[in-house]
This record gives sequence, structure tokens and C-alpha cells, in this order.
Amino acid sequence: MTTRRTALKGMAGAFALGMGGIHWDTATANAQAKPKRGGTLNFAISAEAPHYDPHASDTYATLHLAGPFYSTLLRFNLAKFPSVEGDLAQSWTVAPDLMTYTFKLLPNVKFADGTVLSSADIKATYDRLRNPPQGVVSTRKATFADIDTIETPDPLTVIFKMKAVNASMLEHFASPWNLIYAAKDLGADQAAPRTKVNGTGPFLFVEHIKGSHIAGKRNDNYFRQGLPHLDGFKGVFTLQAAAMLNAVQGGQLLGEFRGISPAERDRLVQTMGDKIRIEESSWTLNLLVCFNVEKKPFDDVRVRKALLLAIDRWGGSAGLSRISTLRSVGGVIRPGSPMATPESELVKLPGFAKDIKKSREEARKLLKDAGQENLKFVLWNRNLAMPYTPAGIFLVDQWRQIGVTVEHKQSDTGAYLATMNAGNHDVAIDFSNLFMDDPSLGLAKYLSLSRAPENRSRSNDPELDKLYDNHIRERDPEKRKAIIRAFEKRLFEQAYQQPLLWWHRIVATHKTLMGWQMSPSHNLGSQLEGVWLDT
Amino acid sequence: MLRYTVNRVLLMIPTLIGVAVLVFFLLRVVPGDVVEIKLRGDGGSVSQETIEMERKRMGLDKPLVNQFGEWMVGMATLDFGKSMWTERPVIEEISLRLELSLQVALMATLIAVLLAIPMGTAAALFRDTWIDYAVRILTIGGLSIPSFWFGMLIMLTLLGLFNWLPPITFTPIYVDPVANLTQLIWPAMAVGYRYCAVVARMIRSSLLEVLNEDYIRTARAKGVYEKLVISRHALRNALLPAITVIGLEFTFLIGGLVVTEQVFNLNGIGQLFVQSVSRNDFTLIQGMVMLIAAFYVFVNLLIDLLYAVFDPRIRYGT
Repeated sequence: MTTRRTALKGMAGAFALGMGGIHWDTATANAQAKPKRGGTLNFAISAEAPHYDPHASDTYATLHLAGPFYSTLLRFNLAKFPSVEGDLAQSWTVAPDLMTYTFKLLPNVKFADGTVLSSADIKATYDRLRNPPQGVVSTRKATFADIDTIETPDPLTVIFKMKAVNASMLEHFASPWNLIYAAKDLGADQAAPRTKVNGTGPFLFVEHIKGSHIAGKRNDNYFRQGLPHLDGFKGVFTLQAAAMLNAVQGGQLLGEFRGISPAERDRLVQTMGDKIRIEESSWTLNLLVCFNVEKKPFDDVRVRKALLLAIDRWGGSAGLSRISTLRSVGGVIRPGSPMATPESELVKLPGFAKDIKKSREEARKLLKDAGQENLKFVLWNRNLAMPYTPAGIFLVDQWRQIGVTVEHKQSDTGAYLATMNAGNHDVAIDFSNLFMDDPSLGLAKYLSLSRAPENRSRSNDPELDKLYDNHIRERDPEKRKAIIRAFEKRLFEQAYQQPLLWWHRIVATHKTLMGWQMSPSHNLGSQLEGVWLDT
Repeated sequence: MLRYTVNRVLLMIPTLIGVAVLVFFLLRVVPGDVVEIKLRGDGGSVSQETIEMERKRMGLDKPLVNQFGEWMVGMATLDFGKSMWTERPVIEEISLRLELSLQVALMATLIAVLLAIPMGTAAALFRDTWIDYAVRILTIGGLSIPSFWFGMLIMLTLLGLFNWLPPITFTPIYVDPVANLTQLIWPAMAVGYRYCAVVARMIRSSLLEVLNEDYIRTARAKGVYEKLVISRHALRNALLPAITVIGLEFTFLIGGLVVTEQVFNLNGIGQLFVQSVSRNDFTLIQGMVMLIAAFYVFVNLLIDLLYAVFDPRIRYGT
């Protein structure tokens, strides 16, 4: 019998492993067992997207709706993340100058309606992504701006020719958002994917009852032999965490794949003991402290820097990780990922020193020099309990310790975004939601406002823009890394905005659910093709 | 009576127009719109140009007066427009959830009325005895415990004792009555308990008042059977204020089970309300507010008409 103590011991083990990355024990166990065919997976989805078109979306909820029914050109290999593998592409070659990408497609792949996939579908999809017609939104238009032409010399070959080098292009071809649509469907109506599902994925669309659930059944014509293992799936929308936890505990749902809080994990472990599997990983999400440089006194770098210096991230990490999904201390790239700044270098950057007493002394001096010893301002925050509220409370307390008075204002997402986008905030807690670690995504948020509307510090810094452009055109990974370091140093010295802490992903699934793979992003792995039930 | 009814129906029109004006313009005071949430809500890097294009496509760039005019013209033809979030007709979004909300409200009303009438009557007839005390404890409990909290207790008890929970997705009663009732009986009980407490206390106090009336004394003096005195003379009159409460509570349940629906993960109108508010889905909010306002006005009319049925002295329009 599992006692509370043994369960908590297990959790402690999971924490230790989770700090560096994925909790590999369970992932290995998953991979070693022999899959069984059949059964229906019931799982929770904690948000519901308005349509089925991830080209026009940034929420993982859209991927849960559409992912199992579609394929992408390449995809991330979650067992070897962040390396990529072919999905619809059987093979590919990249020219040494990174100016040409040639993909050979798998033969005899069929869409749900029976249409055979060809290179024309890839071209139509990527044309829609990089140059959406009137009335169609592509949130990745800028990502593919470097593509010059797309050629289709035969039905199974696609050639992308670039206008300029983009060192991250291969990763973008593996993005889970770039689902491949049928050229026939797009030809009839470019907006069709919003409302109609027709893909080449492992499952066929059965029904979507708005507000209730989405269901799919096995695609017997799926191009990967023997997959998927499941007969079908049902994703149930559980927008309230308590309802989701009850359903998981009661066995109605076998898990939720986005992530839960430490308290929710503890409840499941205590009540379910060895029936529940907990997997943990660092997460490609962070919260940012963001100063509106258009407002006084935040136009003064000394004030901004003082406020960053006052934050004890290392102490905060230890405390907040017990009560929230915030955990890792890191720079602009996810800690632990290949391009991340190592801790030894990070501690030298403003706001990351471990001697908080010394940092706060410096902060007080900077505020005095700037004539802001009695600084008061409003901290804008999102009205979401996890992890925004604890982060806000933490910051108010940190700044109180250098004599700064902060009013913590939380509002619903609409008002929160409107306030920040209109530049009506003094200081805000912003967020960064990435699906991979590639710096082309991670750094984009810090570009000048004229280039990055999501830059809520509203800064315009040509030097950062230049460093970004240089890094994206740089083919040598080491030189690229050096440019990223320079970018990070410049950003933190100017103190426009800075990651507070990176999130920590905790996923709880029943032990009967096998083959699902943990990764640092909740946007990956929505296809469910390798999932099976050990019942 | 007919004239009174027609007058009341005609009065509904300015009431609903007033509600429409209020809800439309008050919603526009709230900062932010659905396009921002859709395209940037999860951190999307979307240009302002794209945002403006989407606003234009959805007609959000038009002057407010024009938007209001279009909405009102649509409503006159029972076209409530499209949800700004899903872009499906508002009527479709509401009707998908209305069946569930209506059934929970009906079941809760049934539970409440069936329990409240005997409880309230017994408490009044046996005033200051253990029966009265027991009813008082039960009803004060019902009034003090929020329905959603009672719902959580029910769920945790079912989980803890039986390791079982009701179905998590809705099945219409005509498809599978067992699955349907297995799911909805619990929220109906959670809501019905509070509802029952309100009605029972109303019946008790009203019956105590009626029992002291002269006509009750006269009936007793005439030697009418006590059962008849209670059921025909006392209870019938005591039910009048209770009918008002039952009607208003029933209407409240259609859209007011916001938290309870979340606890039981019910895909009802209350849950839709919360979602549409958090998504700034103005057209859907407007549609739901109009639906609930119409419901309130209609139920109020029904209550007034029922008064005449229960109390023959009341004759409208004469």
C-alpha cells in the first residue's frame, strides 16, 4: 500500500529529476512496454479554441482540436527533443548555404476525404502561411517571410528557395502549428480549415460538441503502419481545475496534457498513490517583468535596473516552486536547453546575482541617483491564479524591500492585453509562450516595438534588432551562441524587460495510459498516434 | 384578463429594449476585444495590421451606433448575430446549452417544491416543536451553504466513499435517460437544497400568518375538517408568495448556475456566460442577457397570472 510518506518520497524524486529536464524514469518505462491495440482515450483539455485552424492561433487548445487529424512536414522527435524528424517528409536535404530546402514526401498518403497528398498541398499550405489571402489570418506570416519561392517539380518533391539565410528554418518546418491542408480545400475556400477538418493524421474527426468534448476515431488509412494504437479518443473540456482533478481521480479521464500545479499534483499523488504517473520537465514558458519605457520614471534606465536588481530570483524560485508552476531561473532562452546561458554566466548579469543584499544596496543607490527613493507605481497583472497571482505578490514584496510602493492590479485577459497593448501600464507581468527553444522565437519578443508588437516594454533599440538579425543569419552555432549572449547582455543592461522565472511543467496521467511523451512544450505531441492503453 | 395579459406582453417590449441598450453600451466600456484575445491571448506575435483586418472582417471597426442598429434589426427578426468567438450563430450556441440548463433548473425546482411544501407546512403546523426545529436547522443550512460548495462536497463524497463520479459529458434524456439522470441528479440536488430552503421558509412564515386570519378561524368554527382547512383555505393562500419565489428562483437557475456548472463540469448557460465574458464575446453575452431578461419578464407575467388561479379574489383588468 502506498502511504502518504512513500508517495511524497516519490514526488521528491520526481522533483530532483525534473529540475534538469524530463522525468526520464517513466518516459523510459513507456518506451519499453509493448503497445496494445484498442480502447478509447478520455483526457482533459483545459481550454477550448474557437476554430480548427492552428495557422491562425497560438493556443495549444487549437492543437488539441486539430492535431490528431493532421500531419506536418517535419516534426519534433520528443524522445530526442529538440531534434526533428520527418512527418510527411520521407527525407530532406539542405543546401550548404542554407538557401534551398528540398523535401521528398511519403508516397500514397491520403487525406481523410480520400484525396492523395502531393507536393501541391505542401505548397498551398505554405503559401497560405506566408501570404494569407484577405480574410485569413496567419500568425506565422513573419516566420516564413524569408521564403522566396516554393517549387513542386513532381508530386512528391517540394523545394523551398530562400531570400535570405534563416538558421532556424528546419525547426520552423517542424512547428506543430503548420498543419498541412489539402490544396483542393484551400482552392475552394481559403478559410475552410477554420470549420472543416480534413487531414492526413492518425485519427478521423467524429464530432465536436462545443463546450463539451471533441472526439476522433482511428484512421485506418494512416500512413504509418500499425498506428495509431487507440480505437479513438475523446478530449473533454474541463475549464475548471477542480472538475478536471476530480475526473482524473475518479478515472473518467486519464490525464491532462498541458500541466498542473504542484498542489494539484500533490492531491493526485496523495489520493491515487501508485495509480498516477507524474512526469515533470522545465517548460518553454516564462513570466516577464516589463517596464513601459514610454512612461516616467521608467524611461530612466537607472530606475528599471534598480527594480530588476531588487528581485531575489534564486530565493523566489525556491519558494514559488512549492506553490506555483514557476521554478527555473534563466535568461532569454529556457534554462537547460542547448542555447541557454549557463548559471556561471547568468549570475554576472543584472538581476541574477546571488548576493541579494549587495544587489539591493545597489538598487537603492540607483533609485536615489534617479531621485526616485519614494517610488510608487501600479503593477499590471493577469487575473489568473496560476502562476500570475503568486508572481505578482512576490514582486510587490521584493520591491517593498527597497522602499518601493506597488499597487498590484489584476484584470481579465482582455483588459490586461488592451492595457498593455495601448501602453497604459507602468510595469506589467507579461508572458512568453514558446513551442521550442530556438532563439529565433525566444528573442523576437524583445525586438523594437516597430518590429514586435508583443514587446510590452515598448522599447525601440536598433542594437538589439541588429543582433537579432545577425543571429538568425549566422550558420555557425557557436558564433550564434555568442550573438545571443551579446543580445541578452544588452537587453538586461538596458533593463527593458527580463524573465522573472521560467515555468515548470507537471503532467499527471493514469499509469494505464502509455506511449504519451513528455516534452518541455505543451504545444507538442498532440497527435496521440503512439498513445495506447494498458488495460 | 385578456386585456391585462396583452398589456403586460406589450410592456415587455420597452423593458427588453432598455435591457438591450444597457447591455450593448455597457459591454463596450470594457477595455479590450475578442480579436486581441483570439490572436494575442496566448502570446501570439501578431501585427497590428492583422488585428485591424480581423476587426474589420468582424465588423468591429464600424461606429457603435451602426453596430447597435444592426443588432437591433437582427433581433427584430430573431437573428441574434454570430458569436464573436466561434463565429457560429448565437442562437445555436445558446440552444446547445439550454437543454441542459433547463433540465437542471426543472429538476431542482421539482426537488425543491416536493420537499419545501411538506417541510414548510409541517414546520408551521407544529410550530416550536422538534419538527419545526429540525426544519429550521435544515433550511438555515440550505441558505447558509453555497450551492457550489455543497456540490463540491457531493463530488468529494462520491469520490471518497465510492470512488465513483457521475458522467462528465451530457447525454440528452431522450437518448439515454439513465446516463442523463445519473449526471444531472447531483447538481439538481446541490441547487435544489438551497432552493428548497428558501421556499420552505417562505411557506412556513406565510402559513403561520394565514393560520391567524379570521377566515381560518371561521372555517374551523364552522366545523370544517382540519385537513380541508389547511389544504383548501390556508395553504392555498400561503402559497402565493412562495409562487413568486419559485418563479424567480427558476429563472435565476437558467443562467445563474455559474460556479455550480463549473464544479460539475456541466456544459450549460452559466458556464457559457463565464466563458463569453472572459473572451469578450460581446454578441454572445448580449444574446444570453436578452434571453434571460425575456425569461424573467415572461416568468413574472406567468406568476401574476397564476396568482389569479390560486386566489379567485384577484381578477386582473376588471
